[in-house]
Amino acid sequence: MVNRVIVGAHYGLRGWVVQRVSAVVMALYVLVFIGILIFGRPTNFSEWRGLFGGQVMKLATLLFTLSLLLHSWVGMRDILMDYARPMSVRFALETLVAVLLVAWGGWAVQILWSV
Amino acid sequence: MNGDTTPRLQSGTIRHPRPKYLDLFRIRLPVPGLASILHRISGFGLFIAIPFLLYLFQLSINSPEDYVRYRAIFAHPITKLLLIGLAWALFHHLFAGIRFLLMDVHIGLELERARANSIIVIIAAIVCAAAIGVLLW
Repeated sequence: MVNRVIVGAHYGLRGWVVQRVSAVVMALYVLVFIGILIFGRPTNFSEWRGLFGGQVMKLATLLFTLSLLLHSWVGMRDILMDYARPMSVRFALETLVAVLLVAWGGWAVQILWSV
Repeated sequence: MNGDTTPRLQSGTIRHPRPKYLDLFRIRLPVPGLASILHRISGFGLFIAIPFLLYLFQLSINSPEDYVRYRAIFAHPITKLLLIGLAWALFHHLFAGIRFLLMDVHIGLELERARANSIIVIIAAIVCAAAIGVLLW
């Protein structure tokens, strides 16, 4: 059996950093996106689709998606750590969340690169 | 199970039940606590909404025919109510998240300020969601 050290200076630090970096990425994306909606005013299908046609927008949206998946993982893991008991239930739910997030990420990439 | 092998925190101490006060309807959270639990609830709501939003995004961007279907779904009152709820979740999560980031760098930690900026976060999210509601309707 592996004795994991769950105390000390570094335990959980990576999740903490991931949560904050991904939060900043998503906040910037959302602000820029709201700006585009207000000033660009895409009103019909071709304008709306055209918005995601450019390489910069695709990569920015991909970065946003990646941040969303990581951020959701850390957040949901925090929630499950607090409420999901016993360990077997928590593990099953964590697995479910991870599988869902990977599937949703694949779906998002599929949508983005179909434009 | 043999009682002698039961793990104890310290040898010789007997664990006794700790006091619990977890009646959800009687717990009175302080305002920063309210902002915090709403941050968690809104985050969970946004997680649940991901597939719904992906579906709408796919419809909106796939083809002109799907775009028409997307507009029809978007125009439905239930969709609008859901989107207003999601807008609240997004704004609360964003504002409360910015507040937590500022607290990370020791801004707004004093009790009075922590209370004040929690109230600002809660109200600003409701105001922004209401504005989105007006735009949608």
